[in-house]
Amino acid sequence: MISYDRVQELKIIAARVRESIIEMLVSAGSGHTAGPLGFTDVLVALYFQTMKHNPKNPSWEHRDRFLLSHGHICPALYATMAHAGYFSKAELLTLRSFGSRLQGHPHREYLPGIETSSGPLGCGISQGVGMALGLQLQKNPARVFVGISDGELQEGNTWEALMLAAHYKLTNFVIILDRNHIQIDGFTENIVGLDPVADKMRAFNYEVAEVDGHNFEELEKVLHQKNTSGRPLFVIAHTTPGKGVKAFENKFEWHGKPPVDKEAYDALASLRSLEGALVAPHHH
Amino acid sequence: MNESPIKKEPSRHGFGRGLVEAARIHHNVVGLCADLTESTRMKEFKEEFPDRFFEVGVAEQNMAAVASGLAASGFIPVIASYAMFSPGRNWEQIRTTICYNNQPVIIAGHHTGLSVGSDGGSHQALEDIALMRVLPNMRVVSPCDSVEATQLMKLLVQNPKPSYMRLARSETEILTQQSDAVDLSSNTILYQSSNTAEVVIISTGVIGVEARYAAQALAQQGVSVALLNARILKPFPVEQLRFLMEQFGVTTIVTVEEHQRNGGLGSIIAELIADNGWSQKLLRIGVDDQFGQSGTVEELYKAYGLDRDSLTEKIKGFIG
Repeated sequence: MISYDRVQELKIIAARVRESIIEMLVSAGSGHTAGPLGFTDVLVALYFQTMKHNPKNPSWEHRDRFLLSHGHICPALYATMAHAGYFSKAELLTLRSFGSRLQGHPHREYLPGIETSSGPLGCGISQGVGMALGLQLQKNPARVFVGISDGELQEGNTWEALMLAAHYKLTNFVIILDRNHIQIDGFTENIVGLDPVADKMRAFNYEVAEVDGHNFEELEKVLHQKNTSGRPLFVIAHTTPGKGVKAFENKFEWHGKPPVDKEAYDALASLRSLEGALVAPHHH
Repeated sequence: MNESPIKKEPSRHGFGRGLVEAARIHHNVVGLCADLTESTRMKEFKEEFPDRFFEVGVAEQNMAAVASGLAASGFIPVIASYAMFSPGRNWEQIRTTICYNNQPVIIAGHHTGLSVGSDGGSHQALEDIALMRVLPNMRVVSPCDSVEATQLMKLLVQNPKPSYMRLARSETEILTQQSDAVDLSSNTILYQSSNTAEVVIISTGVIGVEARYAAQALAQQGVSVALLNARILKPFPVEQLRFLMEQFGVTTIVTVEEHQRNGGLGSIIAELIADNGWSQKLLRIGVDDQFGQSGTVEELYKAYGLDRDSLTEKIKGFIG
């Protein structure tokens, strides 16, 4: 069980990561807003609670691996990694600029700690399967976590990979679905419907867990447990796109654009007031 | 020339042997196959190293990306399928997860060229060189026979980086010998009529057999000619070619390939001529913006002008 105090700490970290995301997007002048804010809590749970990793030694052999299949939400990954100590927070403002290690979509060779380059959708699970198979062959106890978007469930490659991971009964392998119901052209269920996702995954021989993707107690519970099911774990994390900034929440218009001027100022103000409110009961 | 009885074997058999021999030495070699273990000659590897073999089913896109993940864990994955599907179907996965990631995956593209035969045009890969050579970080090799395929396979494993090996289905004459020195930075002369050569024919892959017969026929008709086997297509050994052309006094280059004339070996040489300001005339022989079809190898070579007689006639006509 995760303590109340630890949950409060994680919430504060997540608020700071979200502030960084807004600052990065304003600085870059382009990029995605809703997705990064929506997946921030999952990333904070992974990098600050669940995963065994060492920011000072990103290639540590026994590290747990996290692959971001939906690379377009990388501002959240970069911000989480910077807050975790992989690199300086000042570097975050170089996002998407020429010569930056923080490419518009992640590039493995540019930034240590990025497990794979991503952006083109649908092949993150495949690469995670390859890593998980490799780790098993090496008798390395590390786990592989792959974050995927719901939109990329429409990619054929996704289902090829889902079948293979289940066939090989990979229990060192966890897929976390960022179920925010939006994609560029609208709501997923209006574009090409995905539901019932949980039933589909059970039919594909997955151990399925559904959690509130903003609830650290629930995330801790499913991500931390040892998988004894004999099936790979598929976590449906219900997330709110734009989470943390009321004006952005649940609006697919914020999928692919950054906030400007007053939008950004208001967003930062609301996140900072949230952070203050979270700190208050703990430290006073 | 080799006086011993002509031995024939498909180049893919050489790949299978090379993979096993390399895997015995390099314990981090793993194999992946998309439901074509027998015809891609991965069967022997699977039998000798069952723990290091992964069957992925009919899913070439997944195969490329899973291989990238295995490479990220420190392995040298070798993936095998027909070239129409890998790299034909999974080009973007190869670009993003193998080349952009710079992971040392070796892609064995089987059943390339018209010599696939009766399976027909859907299965005859005539575009794979173009698809692979355009990718940054990718190395492209194309053995002319099974002996060379074995040697190249071992070298690719010894020098791990993203690589594509082009292979053929039908059995063809062995043009090289095991004792031949093979490396990844030079091509090899298969035939020369004398110490000089007005014409250099550059062929790639098993069509080198037809090119060699054409070279011999031209020599008999008084043309001084050499045949260069382009086993290495990328990075192309440019300085070697420049040196040979100066040494031989070459005025005409002829390229011969079982591939579209656009984007393959002929294009490589045309680009080199343009980039280097070379003065040689160039004849590009290949498949001319068409798909293949069913037939015997002999029928298809003849129909598409790639048999020894057609090659001889075309080259004679070009040099006048």
